[in-house]
Amino acid sequence: MSDMTANNPATPARVETPFQRFRAEFFESKIATLALAIFVIIVLLAVFAPWITPQNPYDLAQVTVMDGRLPPGSESIDGYTMWLGSDGSGRDLYSAILYGLRISLTVGLASGVIALLIGMVIGLVAAYAGGRIEAIIMRIVDLQLSFPASLVALMMVAALGKGVDKIILALVIAQWAYYARTVRATALVERSKEYVEAAQCLGISRARIVFRHILPNCMAPLIVVGTVQTASAISLEATLSFLGVGLPQTEPSIGVLIANGFEYMLSGRYWISVFPGLALLLTVVSINLVGDHMRDVLNPRLKK
Amino acid sequence: MSAVLEISGLKTHFFTHAGVVKAVDGVDFTVSKGEIMGLVGESGSGKSITGFSILGLIDPPGRIVEGSIKFNGEEIANAPENRLQSLRGNRISMIFQDPMMTLNPVLRVDTQMMEAILAHEAVSKQTAWERARDALGLVGIPSPEERLRAYPHQLSGGMRQRVAIATAFLNKPDLIIADEPTTALDVTIQAQIIHEAQKLTKQTGTAMIWITHDLAVVAGLADRISVMYAGRIVEQGGIDDVIDRPLHPYTVGLLGSVPTANRRGKRLFQIEGMTPNMLALPEGCAFGPRCHARTAACDQQPPNDHAGDRRFRCFNPHLAVEAGQ
Repeated sequence: MSDMTANNPATPARVETPFQRFRAEFFESKIATLALAIFVIIVLLAVFAPWITPQNPYDLAQVTVMDGRLPPGSESIDGYTMWLGSDGSGRDLYSAILYGLRISLTVGLASGVIALLIGMVIGLVAAYAGGRIEAIIMRIVDLQLSFPASLVALMMVAALGKGVDKIILALVIAQWAYYARTVRATALVERSKEYVEAAQCLGISRARIVFRHILPNCMAPLIVVGTVQTASAISLEATLSFLGVGLPQTEPSIGVLIANGFEYMLSGRYWISVFPGLALLLTVVSINLVGDHMRDVLNPRLKK
Repeated sequence: MSAVLEISGLKTHFFTHAGVVKAVDGVDFTVSKGEIMGLVGESGSGKSITGFSILGLIDPPGRIVEGSIKFNGEEIANAPENRLQSLRGNRISMIFQDPMMTLNPVLRVDTQMMEAILAHEAVSKQTAWERARDALGLVGIPSPEERLRAYPHQLSGGMRQRVAIATAFLNKPDLIIADEPTTALDVTIQAQIIHEAQKLTKQTGTAMIWITHDLAVVAGLADRISVMYAGRIVEQGGIDDVIDRPLHPYTVGLLGSVPTANRRGKRLFQIEGMTPNMLALPEGCAFGPRCHARTAACDQQPPNDHAGDRRFRCFNPHLAVEAGQ
């Protein structure tokens, strides 16, 4: 008789939001859950870096060349253990990596969110306006996407100069087109669906149909592209810094740390480059795994 | 009874690369207050396009090229977009065929119903919510408070169509256009939905155009019927007159192809041939090539003929039945 109670319309139905359903399906995968956990830990470490590191690598009073190039596990002059060793200027690598992650994550997330917002609006305008406006916008997008993102970012940084704000701007310019293309493609599909026609028949205004009806239905692919592009923004920033055009030596991001250690690699002091490199790898891989799995969950066609 | 909607000589054509598709080519009909008009025809006969023409939702390359649509005496054919937008969902509502597709999957039922009210009236959210709840109760949805909080995927097809009907009635419109609202539903649910729609039109005095290809549905529901073929209304009249004494050979064929209990085991009547290509319609009567009563006169376009309050486009109306009575 349990069927009877289940079908009884008077029983309060458990109202499950699409987000709750997504969450339940996401945590079914062990790898994705692990990747998300690693990413959360990385973010927490970066956020709380000043309270959990023995040294502030930006404070020159705390950094001394006397500690330079110490292997992992050595004791510093100030008496704390450098578990990951130190770099050429005597920075504790563990501290430097956490501070570096702060910059890398800030740059990655900020440029990701800004590029997403800009690309989203441009893509929606293109999809809804159609005609000549759409053609012009999409040709600009095509033009931009025909250059590698790293080249665009490199040119922008070369023109703008060093600094966190400038590198964010450069990454936004390099990446907005990906979002614009994704949103336009999804919005075109959604626009032709019947619920849009039904909303028109209810006399709902154009702006409201675009932002309240079409946009939320475009969110799934947008979130996936957002995660993947954020990971790629982080590695792009590391690339630029490694090449010496990104962030200055005084604000060492992960890329700067790797570049600093590069000259010592051949003399056997592997830790100066390898540990920051591992931190970067772990960050980018965990974000990509989360993004990949989100795509699987959000795309009904890939479902078992 | 006053006329809510008067359509005369409506022509909606689509200008495609392959040529001009005359989807609606000279349609006239009137719907009065509280009346249900059945608009019957096969796929591609122009019945849905007629509905969308009334709402002004014909997308390019299509447009209304001729004719008048008078709504409560006001001309709304090719009216400005903001005037049409203020009518849509407010004075004229629409119910669609597939309830699985017409509700936005990411918005809750209450959000979607409330915005239909808030788009046309400056009332508080609380008032809008209460009206949405009462409307759901009116179409026979149990525990409407629960359903309002649900997302569309949590409702069954019949339930969703009830939500769509409740939404259509929210602003007490003067006219509802129902475009095959029961085609995607089970026969039992179909009967319930038809019953609710009929009850609500009688209660509220709303006029309704019920677009369908199913004569059986219209027979039990509509007051009047218009049969469309290739963009034209070929026969129009009171429901009992048309069903009992069809004049146009096409209507005769349609009625003959409905399975009934007293013809069990016999072959159903079949209309010969295929739906005409809308890009290459015959010179004369569009139904001519498929017609069993065809004569030489049928090479000309048949005029819109009258017989009492009935109208038909045929040179050889099917009078044999009447003569036999």
